[in-house]
Amino acid sequence: MKIHYYPGCTLKVTATQFESSAIASAQALGVEMLELQRWNCCGTVYSLANDDLIRQLAPIRNLIRVRNENGNAVTTLCSMCLNTLKSANLLINENPEKKRTINAFMDEEEDYDGGVEVVHLLEILRDRVGFEEVRGKVTQPLSGLRASPYYGCLLLRPEEIGIDRAESPTILEDLLKSMSAEPIDSPYKAECCGSYQTVDKADLVIEKTRDIVSWAARNKAQCIVVSCPLCFFNLDERQKDLAERESGTALLPVFYFTQLLALALGLGAEVCGFQKHVIDPRPLLSSKGFI
Amino acid sequence: MKLTPYNNASTAAITKRALVIGGGIAGMQASLDIADAGYEVVLVEREPSIGGHMIQLSETFPTLDCSQCIMTPKMVEVSQHPNIRLMTYCEVEDVTGDVGQFDVRIRKKAAYVDREKCTGCGLCVEKCPTKVPSEFDLSLGKRKVIYVPFPQAVPPKPVIDAENCRFLTSGKCGVCKKVCEVEAVDFEQTDTMIEERVGAIVVATGYDLYAKEKVAEYGYGRYPDVISGLEFERLNSASGPTTGEIRRPSDGKVPREVVFIQCVGSRDREKGVPYCSRICCMYAAKHAMLYKHKVPDGQAYVFYMDIRADGKGYEEFVQRGVEEDGTLYLRGRVSRVFQHGDKIVVWGVDTLAGKKTEIAADMVVLATAVVPAAGSRKLAKALDIVTDEYGFYTEAHLKAHSVESGKPGILLAGCGQSPKDIPDTVAQAGCAASKVTALFSASEVGGSLLDLPMRFTASKSLRE
Repeated sequence: MKIHYYPGCTLKVTATQFESSAIASAQALGVEMLELQRWNCCGTVYSLANDDLIRQLAPIRNLIRVRNENGNAVTTLCSMCLNTLKSANLLINENPEKKRTINAFMDEEEDYDGGVEVVHLLEILRDRVGFEEVRGKVTQPLSGLRASPYYGCLLLRPEEIGIDRAESPTILEDLLKSMSAEPIDSPYKAECCGSYQTVDKADLVIEKTRDIVSWAARNKAQCIVVSCPLCFFNLDERQKDLAERESGTALLPVFYFTQLLALALGLGAEVCGFQKHVIDPRPLLSSKGFI
Repeated sequence: MKLTPYNNASTAAITKRALVIGGGIAGMQASLDIADAGYEVVLVEREPSIGGHMIQLSETFPTLDCSQCIMTPKMVEVSQHPNIRLMTYCEVEDVTGDVGQFDVRIRKKAAYVDREKCTGCGLCVEKCPTKVPSEFDLSLGKRKVIYVPFPQAVPPKPVIDAENCRFLTSGKCGVCKKVCEVEAVDFEQTDTMIEERVGAIVVATGYDLYAKEKVAEYGYGRYPDVISGLEFERLNSASGPTTGEIRRPSDGKVPREVVFIQCVGSRDREKGVPYCSRICCMYAAKHAMLYKHKVPDGQAYVFYMDIRADGKGYEEFVQRGVEEDGTLYLRGRVSRVFQHGDKIVVWGVDTLAGKKTEIAADMVVLATAVVPAAGSRKLAKALDIVTDEYGFYTEAHLKAHSVESGKPGILLAGCGQSPKDIPDTVAQAGCAASKVTALFSASEVGGSLLDLPMRFTASKSLRE
């Protein structure tokens, strides 16, 4: 199958390893991700004005781009992008008047009809490919890898646009199991990572990181698996800060789910960009014989 | 006395015989009151015994008198009353006709035991080789496949659970049949239909608790030591699976710290039901108290939104729990419950202290919402009465006709109409019974007696 792909800014800068491993894995599973020819910022850090319309312009324009390329659906990887695009879509479809106002404002673009479906790659794997199919394509089972899935907030909330049950998601666990990895449960898995507080309140994020990582370590997880670039940054970068501050802290590598998927599908470390990680995951992976 | 009946027939005779659907405290009370007034009652209960949820309870608030001590004599009275025909293990399938002349079809479910012949000796139960989780003990204990749901059951006659019976599923075994001296076991038995004509109907089908899987964030259904209030009642009951000792389900340890979480599903417009279940504040106060009486060095915590102790002696009871039994109330909601080692960790907020709170408890008891009993909507359809969006039977008028359904001759009692405690249930059941006896004291169906115009209007508007 082919599906339009909206990358968003982070995937082109700090999270290139997420993109490369995602595209390669999807390809191996028969899903061709076609990057939109034109796209702009998803809108997540746009206006904080009281008017809830102006900040919808960026996501809606992106959805119009999908329509311009005759698409009915678009996939994305970043939780922020997913949340922003899906929220805008929901708002438009529930409020015909707001839809009209937004369409009237954007005179250069064609009107948006509200019909583009926004899906996360995880949803494609679960609902269109199927985890059983994934299991069948695995050539390098990740046996013996104890991983702590971490969802963060935006993938699951609000409930209307979440990709799984907000309080007790299992989609990452199910994917990990299909690769023969061993997911461990964590009460922190759907807590906030600290998000953009990382910019000016690093201490707060370090605290959150300590909670998330130390639980995982205590429960003998060997790594943390995420799907959001901001969660990744906070858990990877801030974990190093934490370790500098507190000796004896276990350092757990952080993975995008797509990196593990790529390894499991036998696509090799080349598409995974492990050199970009602050906490190098390669010693763990080679000790397991996965690379 | 004689006025125009609502259905425009000139007059109609009244069959002076009532049907009561549901054999919990509401249905039992209504049956006894009608029967004591000298009228015949057919009491239909779908379970093998009467008693309902109340017989599952340990002690009752605010007096702490034992539920079985109240219920058992009443149950016996129901079974021995000359005016009451008790039909357990039966279900109402269909109702036609109108006030004064209802024709009711009742399914008598196959018990695979001739309960007339059976003497209740219990030998079959003793010899039955298969054990399955007990519904009465909410799966905290086991029962046999040929079973009497609990020792004080009325009637004390067993039924066979066909799904789990070795003989009925594979043709092997049949021990119960072999040991039965009066040859009451009958594997050939099938459901039979019984027709009854009655003049009035009291619907007292009661409640269930909010489904486990809907409260995932509290780990209910996932962690064995996260249980519901009703399950705690069984743990606390002398007749229960732990013979009344407070032992947690996972490993049988006596829990040293127990957290009670209020409003699980109730008063939750986002994810649950918006209404208040009305009984939880009081039973949690009671649970905390009873727990402390049995585990003196234990500590009970209650996370609450606000305490609704509005009945006679209720507020005093809650205060007593705080002052004498050291129940620690924490005003705030719980965000997450999870297993850590052998502890159940509870994350909540104490809004009075303005702090996040973490309690490493040994057991968690959830006050899950009261919802209408399974099958309420289906029964309402058969009776041609109205339910609200949650499935509670709708009364003709919330204030002026609170025990009448929209349909003349059909009365409501107990939690099937709305969540309520035992005193309110008994009062409502008595009221429903008095409406039935008032109807039966008339010679023919009449308007003013039943206040038909108003009720008819209410019923119509509700249906539209």
